Amino acid sequence: MTPLIIADRTFQSRFFIGTGKFGSPQIMKDALVASKSELVTVALKRVDQEAEEDDILSYIDQNQMQLLPNTSGARTAKEAVLAAQLAREAMQTNWIKLEIHPDPKYLMPDPIETLLACEELAKLGFIVLPYIHADPVLCKRLEDAGTAAVMPLGSPIGSNQGLKTLDFLSIIIEQSRVPVIVDAGIGTPSDACKAMEIGADAVLINTAIAVSNNPAAIAQAFSTAIEAGRLAYEIGINSTEAKAAGSSPLTEFLTQPY
Amino acid sequence: MDTTFTSIFKTYSWEEITQKIYSTTPEQVKQSLHKSQRNIIDFLYLLSPTAKPMLEEMAQLSHQITTRRFGKNIQLYAPLYLSNECQNICTYCGFSMDNKLPRRTLTPSEIDIEAKALKAMGFQHALLVTGESNHTVGTPYFLQAVEQLTSLFSQISIEVQPLDYEDYLALHEAKVNAVMVYQETYHQEVYKTYHPKGKKSNFQYRLETPDRIGRAGMHKIGLGVLLGLEDWRVDSFFTALHIDYLQKNYWRTKYSVSFPRLRPATGTVEPNFLMRDDDLLQLICAYRIWNPDLELSLSTREHPLFRDHIIPLGVTAMSAGSKTNPGGYVIAPESLEQFEISDERSPAEIASLIAKKGYQPVWKDWQMEY
Repeated sequence: MTPLIIADRTFQSRFFIGTGKFGSPQIMKDALVASKSELVTVALKRVDQEAEEDDILSYIDQNQMQLLPNTSGARTAKEAVLAAQLAREAMQTNWIKLEIHPDPKYLMPDPIETLLACEELAKLGFIVLPYIHADPVLCKRLEDAGTAAVMPLGSPIGSNQGLKTLDFLSIIIEQSRVPVIVDAGIGTPSDACKAMEIGADAVLINTAIAVSNNPAAIAQAFSTAIEAGRLAYEIGINSTEAKAAGSSPLTEFLTQPY
Repeated sequence: MDTTFTSIFKTYSWEEITQKIYSTTPEQVKQSLHKSQRNIIDFLYLLSPTAKPMLEEMAQLSHQITTRRFGKNIQLYAPLYLSNECQNICTYCGFSMDNKLPRRTLTPSEIDIEAKALKAMGFQHALLVTGESNHTVGTPYFLQAVEQLTSLFSQISIEVQPLDYEDYLALHEAKVNAVMVYQETYHQEVYKTYHPKGKKSNFQYRLETPDRIGRAGMHKIGLGVLLGLEDWRVDSFFTALHIDYLQKNYWRTKYSVSFPRLRPATGTVEPNFLMRDDDLLQLICAYRIWNPDLELSLSTREHPLFRDHIIPLGVTAMSAGSKTNPGGYVIAPESLEQFEISDERSPAEIASLIAKKGYQPVWKDWQMEY
C-alpha cells in the first residue's frame, strides 16, 4: 500500500478517527489503539485544559497519532477562524478540520462560510481539512483557496447511512488535486471498503465505532476493510459487466472459413 | 412584522387536541413506532394513554435513537440562582411575590463566591436563574453577571424572565449560549388563574418569547411546561408544536426540553394532574422518537431511582448537586429553596454513577468563542 501524504506529513494508515460519543475516555483510547490510525480529530469545545485526568487529550498517544483539532460548534467563518487559532494554542498544531455546520439538525456544512474560512486560514498558515457536502465544484474552489485536502460526506454525520453520495464522490476523486477523505455517514466496514475501492485517499469514522457494543473490535474490522479497499484500488479492479459476456461474440463469424 | 408562533397556536384548540390524544388507536401508535420519519401527529399518538402498553418498545427505540445521535454521553450542568426577587404571583412557585421570605439578589462578589464553588465541583456549564424583578434584576444585571462568569465557565445559559429582542441580542453577543423559557401551560384560559399578577400574566408575550430569542440568533432555546399543572399530554403536544415551528423558522438554533414535574409534597401546591414515573418515561421516549436531535434535560427534582434508570433512555443532560436558592452553595445555604430537591447526591457521585452505566459524564462541550 502506498503511503498517504497530506501537506508535509506521511501516513501509513488511511483510517482517520473521531473522538466523540464514546462511553468513556478509556474505551475511546482502546479503539484508537486497535484502529492503528495515525490521525485523530478532537473538538476544541471538548478540550478542557484545566482538567487533568478527565482531559480527552491525555488519552491520545501523540507519538503515534497526529492531532486534528476541529471547529465543531462554529456557525460562521469568523467563529471558525477564531476557534482554529485557539486550537493551535491548545493542541500545538496548525492542522485544522474546518467544520461549520449552522444546522444543528442534520449538521449540514455551510459551503459559503467554509470557503471563506478556508481562504483565511490558508493565508494564516493553517493546514486546512474542510468538512463539506459532496460538491465537486466546491472542492475545486477549496483547492484554489489553498486547502490541504477535502472531506466530503458520505451521508449525514452520525447517520450510519453509508455512501449516499457515491456518484458525486467519484467525480470529486476523479477531479481532485488534493487528497479526498470521505467523512461522515460511514456505518459499516463494507461502506469504508467501498469508499477506498473508488479511490478515496482515506476515510474518517467516528459514530459507527463509538456507539458499537465493542468499539475496539469494530475499529479493527474497519481498519482491515480500509486496507482491503485501498489494496484493491491500487491493483485495479476489473470493471463490472451488466451481463455475462457471451462466449460466442457477434463477430465470431469473421473467423469462419467460407 | 415577522410572524410568530401565535399565528400557528391560534389555529389549534385545547379541546380538539385532548380529544385526538384520547381517541388514539393501537394501530396508530404501532404505525408511528415503525415509521422512519415522524411528524408532530406521531408524537401525539406516542404520548397517548393508548401507547402505554408499548412503553418497553418505546424505551428500546428511544435508547437506540439517542445513542446514535448523541453517543454514550451525558452532559452535566448546575443552576446558579442569582436572585429570588419576584414581582409575579405564580400560585405554584416558592418565590411567588405573595410568599413571605427574605429576598436576595447576589452582588458581584457573592456571584463570584458561588460560581467558584460550582467550578470547584467540576462544573463548566452553568445555568443562571432568577425570578422576575425588572428594575433590579434586568438585562444590565445579567450582562454584568455573564461578563463576570465567562472566564470561569465554558458555557453559560440563562433562565430568567422573558425579555425583549434587543436584550436577547445583547446577551447573545455577550456569549450566552442558551435561554430557557417555560410556558408553564399552553392552556390559555387557566394560565391567568395560575399567574394572576405581574408581567408574567401576559400569556402572549411569554408565548412569543422563543421567537424573540430565535431572531436574536441564540444557539439554544429550552422549552417546557410545568408538568402536573394541566394535562401534561396536551401541554406537551403544544410544546412539541412550538418546537416544530421554531425549528423551521430558526434553523440555526438547537432546542432542548426540560421536564419540571410537580410532585405531591407538604407545603407545596398539589398537582392538578398527577404524572407518574411511567408517564414521564413515556413522555421522554415520545420526544426522542419524534425528534432525534432534541436535547432532553432532567433535573434533581426527580428521585435518584428514576434518574439512575433514565440515563440510557433518552436524556442528554442532567443537573447535579443543585441548590435552588440564591447563595445556596456557600453564602446562604440555609435559605428557602424554590422547590424541593429530590436527588441530593453530589456532582461527583452523579458523574461516577453515569460512568458506571457505561456513559461518559461530559463537563465541557462548548467554547465561549462560539
